[in-house]
Amino acid sequence: MKMSRTFKFVYKLGIMLVAALAALLMASIILWMIGADVSQTFYTICFLPLTKTLHMTEVLIRAIPLCILALGISIAYRSGIINIGAEGQMAMGVLAFTAVALAAPDLPRPLLLPMALLAGVLGGGLWGFIPGILKAKLKVSELLSTVMLNYIAAQFYTFCLRVLMLDPAEKMTGSGTPQSMRLTANIELGRLSGRLHYGLFIALVLAVLVYLLMWKTTFGYKMRAAGSQDRAARYGGINVSKYLAISMIISGGFAGLAGGIEIAGVHRRAIEGVTNNYGFSGVVVALFGGLHPAGIVPASFLFGLLIYGSTLAPTRVGVPANIVQVMQGLIIIVIVTAQMVLSNKYLEARMCRRWNALFHKQKEVA
Amino acid sequence: MTEKIRSLDMEHITKRFPGVLACDDISIHVGEGEVLALVGENGAGKTTLMNILMGLYQQDEGRILINGEEVRFRGPEDAFAAGLGMVHQQYMLVPNMTVTENVALGYQQAWKPLKLDLKMVRDRVIEISEHYGLQVNPDAYIWQLSVGEQQRVELVKTLCLGARFLILDEPTSALTPQETDELILLLKRMKDELSIIFISHKLNEVKALSNKVTILRHGKVVFNGETDDYSPQEIAALMTGHEVQLPENKEPDMHGAPALVLKDVCVRSDRGFLALDGLDLTVHEGEIVGLAGVSGNGQRELAEAINGLRSVERGTITFFGVNLANKNPYYVIDHGMGYIPEERNVEGIVPPFAIRENFILKDSDRERFSHLSFLKKKSIEENAKRLRDDFDIRCPGTSTSAGSLSGGNIQKVILAREITRAPKFLIAVYPTRGLDMGAIEFIHRELLKKRREGIGILLVSEELDEIINLSDRIAVIYKGKIQKVLPHAEANRRNLGILMAGVNEDE
Repeated sequence: MKMSRTFKFVYKLGIMLVAALAALLMASIILWMIGADVSQTFYTICFLPLTKTLHMTEVLIRAIPLCILALGISIAYRSGIINIGAEGQMAMGVLAFTAVALAAPDLPRPLLLPMALLAGVLGGGLWGFIPGILKAKLKVSELLSTVMLNYIAAQFYTFCLRVLMLDPAEKMTGSGTPQSMRLTANIELGRLSGRLHYGLFIALVLAVLVYLLMWKTTFGYKMRAAGSQDRAARYGGINVSKYLAISMIISGGFAGLAGGIEIAGVHRRAIEGVTNNYGFSGVVVALFGGLHPAGIVPASFLFGLLIYGSTLAPTRVGVPANIVQVMQGLIIIVIVTAQMVLSNKYLEARMCRRWNALFHKQKEVA
Repeated sequence: MTEKIRSLDMEHITKRFPGVLACDDISIHVGEGEVLALVGENGAGKTTLMNILMGLYQQDEGRILINGEEVRFRGPEDAFAAGLGMVHQQYMLVPNMTVTENVALGYQQAWKPLKLDLKMVRDRVIEISEHYGLQVNPDAYIWQLSVGEQQRVELVKTLCLGARFLILDEPTSALTPQETDELILLLKRMKDELSIIFISHKLNEVKALSNKVTILRHGKVVFNGETDDYSPQEIAALMTGHEVQLPENKEPDMHGAPALVLKDVCVRSDRGFLALDGLDLTVHEGEIVGLAGVSGNGQRELAEAINGLRSVERGTITFFGVNLANKNPYYVIDHGMGYIPEERNVEGIVPPFAIRENFILKDSDRERFSHLSFLKKKSIEENAKRLRDDFDIRCPGTSTSAGSLSGGNIQKVILAREITRAPKFLIAVYPTRGLDMGAIEFIHRELLKKRREGIGILLVSEELDEIINLSDRIAVIYKGKIQKVLPHAEANRRNLGILMAGVNEDE
């Protein structure tokens, strides 16, 4: 039995088509139940954002933090620790970034912007270091510690915005919107088009750097060894707990940087809800992208598209954003399932036998 | 009970995996009450063939007949239903459940709609164990049992599920010599009622148990015959394709300086008791010291303590003048220690890593493989190709994941890495456990070569032949202490066996 190229192609295409149809069908049923225009809704979510430059820039704005977060999460994951605390780490990064910006608004931009971004990295890194060191030294489950630290970070973030960093103008007018004052122009990241900022290049450069770090250096080699089989790594003289803690500092640092860039490029002040569930979507993007930068970059674009598409749906076709999120959830589950099916070699072999049987029979008949 | 299995045939079975022809037109026949020994080197296709028989894989060509009728197994459930039962090399038991609960997992008659009838399962376990003379305590937890007892549980489980035909995949590979003898006796009794296919490397067991022997090499049947007509040497030669002569250490004494000196070493096991209790041992340069003993008497803890993987409570481990006690593994490696660990699949290699990546596990920082912490792809690849050729590691390529190799090839990867790192000393723990004759011969020759180069070797093993063949001196470990150290000339199977059982005739 030899797997012909034709078979492999047909097989893969077949599974992806079945998956796409299944996702489409399920989403259609939901849309049909709430009485929406099914085809128009799909067009709005999946294709409309690609038609205009302005829409495209909005998609990319959402892809940037997703990409940076997912890169960081993939480093931790490869090193054997599942970081679902990126949401909190990002919030701490935003706070640290904002604090520096508020403390020294008059410093020139070439000095202040890097300083503030570095502060963001440190803030997120610290928040990542805590679960990292707890796991490395005391074997505290990172699922527990990162989720709890998310809660703490969220409340601390709100406290800072409402009390410590509250915009003085809000105090005077009394409208009480919890946000910081507009930050100095010296922390602003330049923009390319619309709201799309230079963070795009930072994300792409980071993707290359993560690839080099993890696959081309001894440092990444050791982190991956520790994550793949910690006993063998320890046997090989690798300090597993050290690399575990370091990977979480890096992971948290990436989340913090994503937060800083989000402020410097898009909002230019700390606002509520800035993390926008990016920390959790980042986990999905990282896994969806196969924990590899080459997969994470396109995956973050895809998720940016879906997230932006869901903001268009309510106004364009009258479908509530909640429904769009339900559909997204379904689509993601279906795609991930299809990926798992594709990687099942035994199923592939079995289908190949069927295919060959069918093919050869037809030949005989002919 | 359904019909008895009077005959089982596999005819012209062919199975291909990506890049490998695992089974190439294999036919076997087992009649009623027969024991067929299936022997062959690692990777010869024995396990694949049995997995096909159990419905875990599907053959590409060929068919299976039971009592002359063709059967098709789509999964293991179909094979169970037909009365086949397999005990795998790695036991499939849940450690924190009792024996009864483990049996109940597959015992569908006991699954009532709302409750699991554990009493019925327990009765069945007792019935089966009495019927076949398989002593097991139905209420013991698996983690409390020794490896030999766990294997009895596997047998009981398989029989409780209605197996009328047994397939045993290297059943003795993890057993102590005593447990092995017991198992052979037991299987001899059982073959009055059952037919058995028995996969093994150990030819004395094949001789002791089987009626017929089928030898596989590179996925093909190379020999079929009555066991009694052939000597173990003849079978070994057919298996490897050439005469196998396990080497013996007949070298003159090197009179080397002490390399590794352990004094009064105390180490705790994972469960907290003293696994090493005042152990003293010296190994010189250019000498092989065999550490004989029933496994579980502190061998693992000893190897881990020397290599910085376990803390030392008391005592000193002097290695060329440096105390290694309570140092980290990196420090020990850096001082020239080579170590072939007991658990080759999870400790000796990083399974998902490529073979070439596993070769640099201890040396990724060295200038040879990296510069300014950037890995040198070319020299890593060259190193991998050279080691693959020198050590005859059979793999599709150096980027193949090490975890997908057979046991013998994994061990060769570890051996190649440890030996070519040019260590000053080597600790080899059960280096040939579960390997075929060809691989054992290879590893023995490499160890002797290292000895000739003046390297001291501590060889931990429970195979007495291995210890006697290779060692200059033999130390017997019992309950964390060295019972006695015998020079090679004074050691024989009998006195070592007595010492291993904890009896010291001098006292």
